[in-house]
Amino acid sequence: MAKKLMKGCEAIGEAAVQAGCRLFFGYPITPQNEIPEYMSGRLPQVGGTFVQAESEVAASNMLYGAAGAGCRCFTSSSSPGISLMAEGMSYIAACELPVVFVNIMRAGPGLGGILPSQADYRQATKGGGHGDYRMTVLAPSTVQEAADLTMEAFDLADEYRTPVMILGDGLIGQMMEPVEFKKHIEPEDLPVKPWATTGARGRAPNIINSLYLNPEDLERHNWDLVRKYQSMAHLARHETYLADEKMDVLIVAYGTVARIARTSIDTLRAKGLKVGLFRPVTLYPYPSEALARTAELADKVLVTELSTGQMVDDVRAVVAGRRPVEFFGRVGGMIMSAEELAEQVEKLGAAS
Amino acid sequence: MYNEIIMAGFGGQGVLLIGKLMAYAGMKAGLEVTWMPAYGPEMRGGTCNCTVVLSDRQVGSPISRSPHAAIVLNLQSIDKFESTVRPGGILVVNTSLINRPAVRTDIVAVPVACNQIAQEAGSTKAANMVALGAFIGASGLVELDLVKGTLADTFAGRPKIVQLNHVCLDKGFAIGRACAAQLVG
Repeated sequence: MAKKLMKGCEAIGEAAVQAGCRLFFGYPITPQNEIPEYMSGRLPQVGGTFVQAESEVAASNMLYGAAGAGCRCFTSSSSPGISLMAEGMSYIAACELPVVFVNIMRAGPGLGGILPSQADYRQATKGGGHGDYRMTVLAPSTVQEAADLTMEAFDLADEYRTPVMILGDGLIGQMMEPVEFKKHIEPEDLPVKPWATTGARGRAPNIINSLYLNPEDLERHNWDLVRKYQSMAHLARHETYLADEKMDVLIVAYGTVARIARTSIDTLRAKGLKVGLFRPVTLYPYPSEALARTAELADKVLVTELSTGQMVDDVRAVVAGRRPVEFFGRVGGMIMSAEELAEQVEKLGAAS
Repeated sequence: MYNEIIMAGFGGQGVLLIGKLMAYAGMKAGLEVTWMPAYGPEMRGGTCNCTVVLSDRQVGSPISRSPHAAIVLNLQSIDKFESTVRPGGILVVNTSLINRPAVRTDIVAVPVACNQIAQEAGSTKAANMVALGAFIGASGLVELDLVKGTLADTFAGRPKIVQLNHVCLDKGFAIGRACAAQLVG
């Protein structure tokens, strides 16, 4: 397929269709309305179903049902809407159901504002809903990557029977870039899901349930989930930019902010400051080993996010005091400019 | 090659469209491109803008505090963006709606009566095309034919619209090129 100029939101929607997904359940919220809008037009063309639920809580429980029946399905929302979906997420994780959640983050807390943010990092990577569970979290930085990771998210969700989240911000949702869809999967070509509740004709019934009143059973279930998450550690992925040799400062950033950092790095390198970038592509599992190795090459580490400091906790845990780890964030929908970030790096580089 | 261009005007003047045409033309020319609209509270009050980045390497920041060029179609936009253009950059000014000249002397100002020229060509709605043509004429950043081709694809089956827009692009292009030539001479 030839390259097309698409908005991030539309690319995510089309990627879901190309991945063989035919069901969308959601509820509108800015700044991701282009996704449900796109799906409402696109899904009927391919024999799929678009449902605007009565609420986010309902949408996440519709996903629970559809995934239980063995169908590829997804939803998209933005921060406050994702909080409302957290109940369903916990049940989906508990029942080991493959569902793709897209969170195009906006500034919070509370209703906050509609401008870009990365303040749901902790919610996405550490839980969100109740109980001991994890979601696989993928953080695209370009529109092409948003499309690629969305397609991959469906495969990972099915393979590991686990909820997967695409974590983007308002910038990536709204920007347009060339996109190419590298694969096309028809729903009937997807692997069969023998565990799904498809009507127990000629076989023993499959049961999907998250209630374990026997504590021994529930404890076993919890550790089974942990072992599954551990088995996914090899999926950790990252990208670096000019971070292969000794650096004055290593910037760690994900998503759109990592692109702003690239621009800052070009300016700083032109001035003779050795600065590189480490960009986690997967936020859970986190690319800890690679980050530890890369951080060893730098005198200092600067984490920058559209939050008051969330991923920085993970970076500090990885670097474990071997290098100073500083933080620079903008919040409320404000976005750091490349110049502003470069100034922060210069200040850090000069201070020793 | 790395170029950040901001296009700004009233909602309805078609600044998002000329941004998309630039991005498409860049993509067809084999460049890396990003089109980023301003959204949210910034849109209130009727002004509208987008940033286009054209580059021969991966695009970094999709937003810019100091673009290489700005195309301003109304007074609010020149007030907001003139000061942000990098020294040596280009500022296309729609003199039909902006009653003051550019103040900066370290940039290339391209004054064009976009609405008037578009009206003479058939419709003021195409004022944005005059501005885009002028920018391409002054900057030489993409081939005008790539933009024309994209327009013809976008408005396939509406030859009158395509023709009007092509005329407006050409008229703007001539003015932009004359401005740039004057500077070189």
